Amino acid sequence: MRTLFDKVWAAHVVVAETPDTPAVLYIDLHLIHEVTSPQAFSVLKGLGLPVRRPDRTLATMDHSTPTSSDQVFGGVPIKVDAAAKQVRQLEQNAAEFGVELFGMRDARRGIVHVISPELGCTQPGMTIVCGDSHTSTHGAFGALAFGIGTTEVGHVFATQSLLQRKPKTFAVNVEGRLRAGVSAKDLILAVIGKIGVSGGTGYVLEYRGSAIRALSMDERMTVCNMSIEAGARAGMIAPDETTFAYLKGRPRAPQGKDWDLAVARWRTLVSDPGATFDASVDIDASALEPMITYGTNPGMVVAIGANIPTKTGDAVFDKALHYMGFHGGEAMLGKRVDVVFIGSCTNGRLEDLQAAAQILKGRKVAPSVHLLIVPGSQEIKRAAEAAGYADIFKAAGADWRESGCSMCLGMNGDTVPAGQYAISTSNRNFEGRQGVGARTLLVSPFTAAASAVQGRITDPRGML
Amino acid sequence: MEPVIRVHSKTVVISSSNIDTDQIIPARFLTTTTKEGLGRQLFADWRYHADGSPNPHFVLNRPESHGAQILVAGRNFGCGSSREHAPWALLDFGFRAVISTEIADIFTGNSLKNGLLPIVVDAATSAWLLEHPGADVDIDLESKRLTLPTGVSVSFPLDAFARHCLLNGIDELGYLRSKTADIERYEAARTW
Repeated sequence: MRTLFDKVWAAHVVVAETPDTPAVLYIDLHLIHEVTSPQAFSVLKGLGLPVRRPDRTLATMDHSTPTSSDQVFGGVPIKVDAAAKQVRQLEQNAAEFGVELFGMRDARRGIVHVISPELGCTQPGMTIVCGDSHTSTHGAFGALAFGIGTTEVGHVFATQSLLQRKPKTFAVNVEGRLRAGVSAKDLILAVIGKIGVSGGTGYVLEYRGSAIRALSMDERMTVCNMSIEAGARAGMIAPDETTFAYLKGRPRAPQGKDWDLAVARWRTLVSDPGATFDASVDIDASALEPMITYGTNPGMVVAIGANIPTKTGDAVFDKALHYMGFHGGEAMLGKRVDVVFIGSCTNGRLEDLQAAAQILKGRKVAPSVHLLIVPGSQEIKRAAEAAGYADIFKAAGADWRESGCSMCLGMNGDTVPAGQYAISTSNRNFEGRQGVGARTLLVSPFTAAASAVQGRITDPRGML
Repeated sequence: MEPVIRVHSKTVVISSSNIDTDQIIPARFLTTTTKEGLGRQLFADWRYHADGSPNPHFVLNRPESHGAQILVAGRNFGCGSSREHAPWALLDFGFRAVISTEIADIFTGNSLKNGLLPIVVDAATSAWLLEHPGADVDIDLESKRLTLPTGVSVSFPLDAFARHCLLNGIDELGYLRSKTADIERYEAARTW
């Protein structure tokens, strides 16, 4: 009796683990981007090595790229010089090593964790790595997907393999059904609040139960994306009909007879009944509320109608609240909002934009608020424009951009000014994450859009 | 890689828990295409004022921190992103080891591959170290023991392979490349 993780792991062991040596694990898909690959390419050059499997390597640019159309499409140069250099470096490296690149003006470009599923590159049972901790996103398809450092990016370039110790398994059982206005983002924030920001360290999470089965692929990706915020390098969901329906017909998914064979194999990728996990937690989805963070890590989270907790004698807690300009015992609802960011690899997909459009339709963004909406990919941008969401955003007074990581991390020109409050659908509320001195509150797209309209932290359920 | 056998140094203490990689090195400095010189940006938002001048109250700017090679931190050090720039910045600044009760997974792997020792100790040892900044600490990789100036010595966990590579200055890529025949066999045997 094996877990989903055990099955995927076992299928990729090239050399078995021993007490003295880690396993050699084969990697099916290596995603790369401009920020964590240059030093790895330099290592290859130094050793005179090729990329072993360019056919299993896919490059794009997302982190340091601007989101304004004139910078992306060449009306004006990229404003951040070092970012422009990084972009050029990836173009040169991809050409030199024969790696397929979805570059700045490619219609398929986008956030690496958005485009790989969108193209059908991400498939059940694969091992997928990328020099980015949110690689856990791809676990939504029943892949074993995790972030790696740049040295390991070099290892995969050279050998298509990694040295890995087998992690432990952790079952996250979520039963019941999310109520209206409560989203996958609220679910994962609740999980992180419950197990803590290091509760998953050393584990691969498997999200299970009726609430997970009822989620769409966009929602499953939101859940798996934030596994790392609980310390887990990977989170997985067993593939099912929802997964197969999402993948069928995508450009890089298996086609024809290969599709049938693939689906037959993918159907075996479930934890066997009675398979045991090293740890587990139970969550009742039907009891969840919209969630919001109040501190400086994603585990500092409460239901939106709740007050900030009070703690005495906890210097770290006090430091976080001081940074945020909050006090223990205060209500979250009604607090001032300066910037609202809807986007990122957590919540920049079409269903996220649909949720925002549902709230923003026929409404205006509060005059004091800057609402930035950034699609996760150029494909999503086109789809949102075709569906009329972009028109709703623009009519509401939102700033509608080209795809990229944007304001999730302040390295591409999109930043939150010091001291301002940013309601954000991204994944990290660390100090300075969205700009020096920026104060981030993590929420769902519903809550972000509702708060943008009111200019205050708002429970979206009154506006649906 | 240079072998790492022993680190003997006074400590610097940053007692916060959950110190994430965005604190160790903020994302705006990741537009670099090399590994060099990142020590200048280590803990940049804590170390410098908005105008770029050093914050004299931050521990790394105080004279007693000069030359320290061991950083003692609160629980769950190195959480957050996979950026290897975090251990690169710590090493470039001069650190050779980080001690905490918990250290994040990706940060641990990245550190070991660059010769920065991620040392996990029990709560009592951590508490003593947090309360005694500047203490002279000895970390011995051969015996996997950390010794306090009080004479108290505790063992710490360290993956056997990582330890072997550190002690002998072995680059893991060399080992991985020695498995090329196995990788070729695996690729040939795959039917899907």
